[in-house]
Amino acid sequence: MSIHGETQGAGRVRGLKCRLCGRRYPKQALNFCTEDFGPLEVEYDYVAVARSGLSRQAIESRPRTMWRYRELLPLDGEPAVGVQVGGTPLVRADRLARALGHRGPLYVKNDAVNHPTLSFKDRVVAVALSKAVELGFRTVGCASTGNLAGSVAANAAAAGLEAYILIPDGLEQGKVIGCSVYGARVVAIAGNYDHVNRLCSQIAFRYGWGFVNVNLRPFYAEGSKSMGFEIAEDLGWRAPDQVVAPMAGGSLVGKLHKAFVELKQLGLIESAAPRMFGAQASGCNPITQAVKTDAAKVRPVRQPATIAKSLAIGDPADGFFASRLLRETGGWGEDVDDDAIVEGMMLLAETEGIFTETAGGVTVAVARKLIEQGRLDADGTTVLCITGNGLKTQEAVADRVARPVVIRPTIEEFEALVGSPAADLVPAGA
Amino acid sequence: MPTVQIPTPLRPHAGGLDVVEAEGATVGAVLEAVVSKHPALRERLFEGGELRRFVNVYVNNEDIRFLEDLETPVGERDEISIIPAIAGG
Repeated sequence: MSIHGETQGAGRVRGLKCRLCGRRYPKQALNFCTEDFGPLEVEYDYVAVARSGLSRQAIESRPRTMWRYRELLPLDGEPAVGVQVGGTPLVRADRLARALGHRGPLYVKNDAVNHPTLSFKDRVVAVALSKAVELGFRTVGCASTGNLAGSVAANAAAAGLEAYILIPDGLEQGKVIGCSVYGARVVAIAGNYDHVNRLCSQIAFRYGWGFVNVNLRPFYAEGSKSMGFEIAEDLGWRAPDQVVAPMAGGSLVGKLHKAFVELKQLGLIESAAPRMFGAQASGCNPITQAVKTDAAKVRPVRQPATIAKSLAIGDPADGFFASRLLRETGGWGEDVDDDAIVEGMMLLAETEGIFTETAGGVTVAVARKLIEQGRLDADGTTVLCITGNGLKTQEAVADRVARPVVIRPTIEEFEALVGSPAADLVPAGA
Repeated sequence: MPTVQIPTPLRPHAGGLDVVEAEGATVGAVLEAVVSKHPALRERLFEGGELRRFVNVYVNNEDIRFLEDLETPVGERDEISIIPAIAGG
């Protein structure tokens, strides 16, 4: 099986191709075109994918992980890292829908419970590190706002790879501990994410390491498609009418869309015309600003200032493509302030029992704003992408949630607190 | 003289050098001097006289888009870095 898989895989994945000039490159750890600096993207042979016999039935018969769509992920062999990633729940969110004034079916794609590190980053890391192993890297790394840090650290540990994790200083404690615990070399950079990212761009090639979101980025980014594949399958093999996703570097929203387009191309769904909506924090909104002003260029934000630290990328690599996609699909980009972010987190928790991190608060709050504006069709089928877990950013809501009342363990004190039980619940004769 | 750091994958187009020295009073002038010395770099960095969309340039660690773009003044000891924009996220 593995040998056949390897042969088929090598045939399905042609190589890398520049999104600007179309120049082709063999499969390698390279993220940009050496002719024009354009982004490199994995190129598939979709005829070979179709010929491989990929069908709804074939996919449904496989284990519920992201690898059930392996023909559309850029490995030559079987995955070596993150074999259990994906397969997260698509939750029908009727209570949230009522609170938001959304009349059509509303769903939450809950990657806050992804395995193993509770964010959608496990998907991209599973692909990037599996590819790193295929390419022969022994040392891997990343520039991270937190979630990626934890995911690279954990998955590298499980695969026996050495990992260097570079993060901005001042990240949430949950995210710092959540990567240090795996034994990775964690380096905090005095600066913001964009400083970290630039340093990683210099380090990756200088040291010859496999940086998941630098030189391995074309492979890494493809992992996000699995979130879109799962959404379509769980909707009964169809694309939603509307998707709301958070934007940091701006890659996810594009890969979700690509996932639906690929499924359509392969005849696995009938149509793929979802309107894509992107969510940012007002304190770091380079992409939504470009959408709202119909700008040709994304102006970077020098000093991001938001509690949504996982989205605090002032100079988003895929900002240009994301802003174009939102406009072209009839979607939109919107941003919300920190108070709205916390309200969004609490609303999702209180209506659906899902505790998301600040980025999820951004997504929920932006969805509410878009519905109020009438930009999001309240009668459509809508999916909100929740990408991270609230246990990692507890600081954001610590002052907003009620603290428990302390009483002595007596009936009297309990009754003093909550009142006497209703009369009809009191047993006769009591 | 200001120095310009060349990203690894572009070094074959810069005579194999990782750092190039070049005269100039602004970022634009220094880069012009660099591409004059290494013509294979010109089309890779510039399109119609402007930096390509996915080329980022820094002077002493500051993005020139937050300064004066190609008009940003540079001194004798300043270090200019050319860094591909496509990374991260």
